[in-house]
Amino acid sequence: MSELLTKSAARNIFYGGSLFFFAIFVGLVAHTHIYARTVSTDESKLTVAVANGKHQWERHACINCHTILGEGAYFAPELGNVWLRYGGDKDPKVAREALKAWMLNQPTGIPGRRQMPKFAFTEKELDDLISFLEWSSTIKTNNWPPNNAG
Amino acid sequence: MKYETQAIAKWYWFAALALFAVQVLMGLIAGYVYVQPNFLSELLPFNILRMLHSNALIVWLLLGFFGAAYYIIPEEAEREIHSPAIAYFQLILLVVGTLGAVLTYMFNLFDGNPILGKQGREFLEQPLWVKLGIVVAALAFLYNITFTVLAGRKTAITNVLLLGLWGIAIFFLFGLYNPANLVLDKIYWWWVVHLWVEGVWELVMASVLAFIMLKLTGVDREVIEKWLYVIVATSLFTGVLGTGHHYYWIGAPGYWTWIGSIFSSLEVIPFFAMVVFTFMMVWKGKRNHPNKAALLWALGCSTLAFFGAGVWGFMHTLHPINYYTHGTQVTAAHGHLAFFGAYVSLNLAIMTYAFPSIFRINPYNQIANMVSFWMMSSAMAFMTFVLTFAGAVQTHLQRVMGMSFMEVQDQLALFYWMRFGAGVAVVVGALIFIYATIGPRKEATGLEGAALSPAE
Repeated sequence: MSELLTKSAARNIFYGGSLFFFAIFVGLVAHTHIYARTVSTDESKLTVAVANGKHQWERHACINCHTILGEGAYFAPELGNVWLRYGGDKDPKVAREALKAWMLNQPTGIPGRRQMPKFAFTEKELDDLISFLEWSSTIKTNNWPPNNAG
Repeated sequence: MKYETQAIAKWYWFAALALFAVQVLMGLIAGYVYVQPNFLSELLPFNILRMLHSNALIVWLLLGFFGAAYYIIPEEAEREIHSPAIAYFQLILLVVGTLGAVLTYMFNLFDGNPILGKQGREFLEQPLWVKLGIVVAALAFLYNITFTVLAGRKTAITNVLLLGLWGIAIFFLFGLYNPANLVLDKIYWWWVVHLWVEGVWELVMASVLAFIMLKLTGVDREVIEKWLYVIVATSLFTGVLGTGHHYYWIGAPGYWTWIGSIFSSLEVIPFFAMVVFTFMMVWKGKRNHPNKAALLWALGCSTLAFFGAGVWGFMHTLHPINYYTHGTQVTAAHGHLAFFGAYVSLNLAIMTYAFPSIFRINPYNQIANMVSFWMMSSAMAFMTFVLTFAGAVQTHLQRVMGMSFMEVQDQLALFYWMRFGAGVAVVVGALIFIYATIGPRKEATGLEGAALSPAE
């Protein structure tokens, strides 16, 4: 490497530059934090049920098969918009019943088809989980996913 | 090996290699479930298999890093590790935590318990008690190596390595924050995941590679250390704001689509620089070091990291492209080659280099070791290609045509079969590597004829 750059100059550029970029990052994330709480999500609808639903989502490691907002495993369908796929925005009651029936009927045991485990949900846990999925479908995601298929 | 405490590394690497075997085996089974979905579906469902696969990977890579630090730091700082007892205590803590996590996942122990049960955020599924154990282990480790370095010679390699390891511990703390708002959860989840693998882990990678180059090529320390600072500068300058490529579609402001696209495109630079660095040093170096297998792994590491992390990352990082490919098999393809190239190969390189010196013998089983390199690397490359094709087909059918997820997956069966085949080769290659490094040792007598050079 050129003699123009000494080792100590390279070191100072590394430390100084990294601090500079990290400071910008922290500033932008601080703004993003506020944006997430006030613009892209509706925290007034983030009820105890939704929070408990998220807990159910984590407790059963759903993300290790499914994705939510495109993140997770890629073994099972996207669930960030599953509420909309089931028509929850038009008929919430029907969507809720359909999602419940689906989950309670797992695993299907059909040969050659991916199997969802049987999870021991109480009625309330199942309801809360669906409330969490309903709430998640309202997040403003820069219009992702491109279509209903998720 | 000049310092007795460098041998601490051996025990970390034994544990790491055991978990490496678990990791590839779980990956193979998960790959089989992709093509035969009823296999184990009630006994060990896919979500558990995947947790074991990803968690074993992360933990064994970290154990490898800790081992590398215990091996490198005495030699760089020119003194023994501050406290070997703390180092072994840290290892025991990590092994107990790992076993605890594995049993908790497999048998769903303490289901729903906030301290003892698993916590299902991706990669951070460890029960809280294991997470806290990791924090304690990290503190013990940082205390131990920081005091070793402070009392000894300070080099660029120890500076960067230490900074990387401190960063790993600090950013892990964000894994303890789990807000009910999914968007906030995701924003800070990436502080662990992205700032690790595309941030501070790169510091570890660059400093370990610099150490290996120093030893294998005999190039002047001044030259190598200047390269090191330049490489890690480009890593953090691009990688920190490059976090933006994870903020496109999770409810963050729109400006991240621009910041993320620009800075994460530049993330290819440090990986390219590491390729140029390793090849230049080997080309310029005058030393003919007998450990050819370590050299192969080191050059393979920078090359495969450049393709896996750099090129495959760039392929889908621009936001107009990522809008369609996000969360498809394209991501899986990138993830597999990036981890293998950058971090698996790095660990296998330093182990291949250091084991002979820890055992105080000449490099041994080099042919088997090099066979394992070519088997694993070509199989991982093949796996990456077939998953990329699967991802391209999936992107078109699902994201453009709007076909449903499961219908699309049925179309990808051929690719998943080929991925499973590649997985078999990876497992065989991994077992050959483990045998070659810690199995019966056959010294390289006559292969190079040279004993260890004075500088090792």
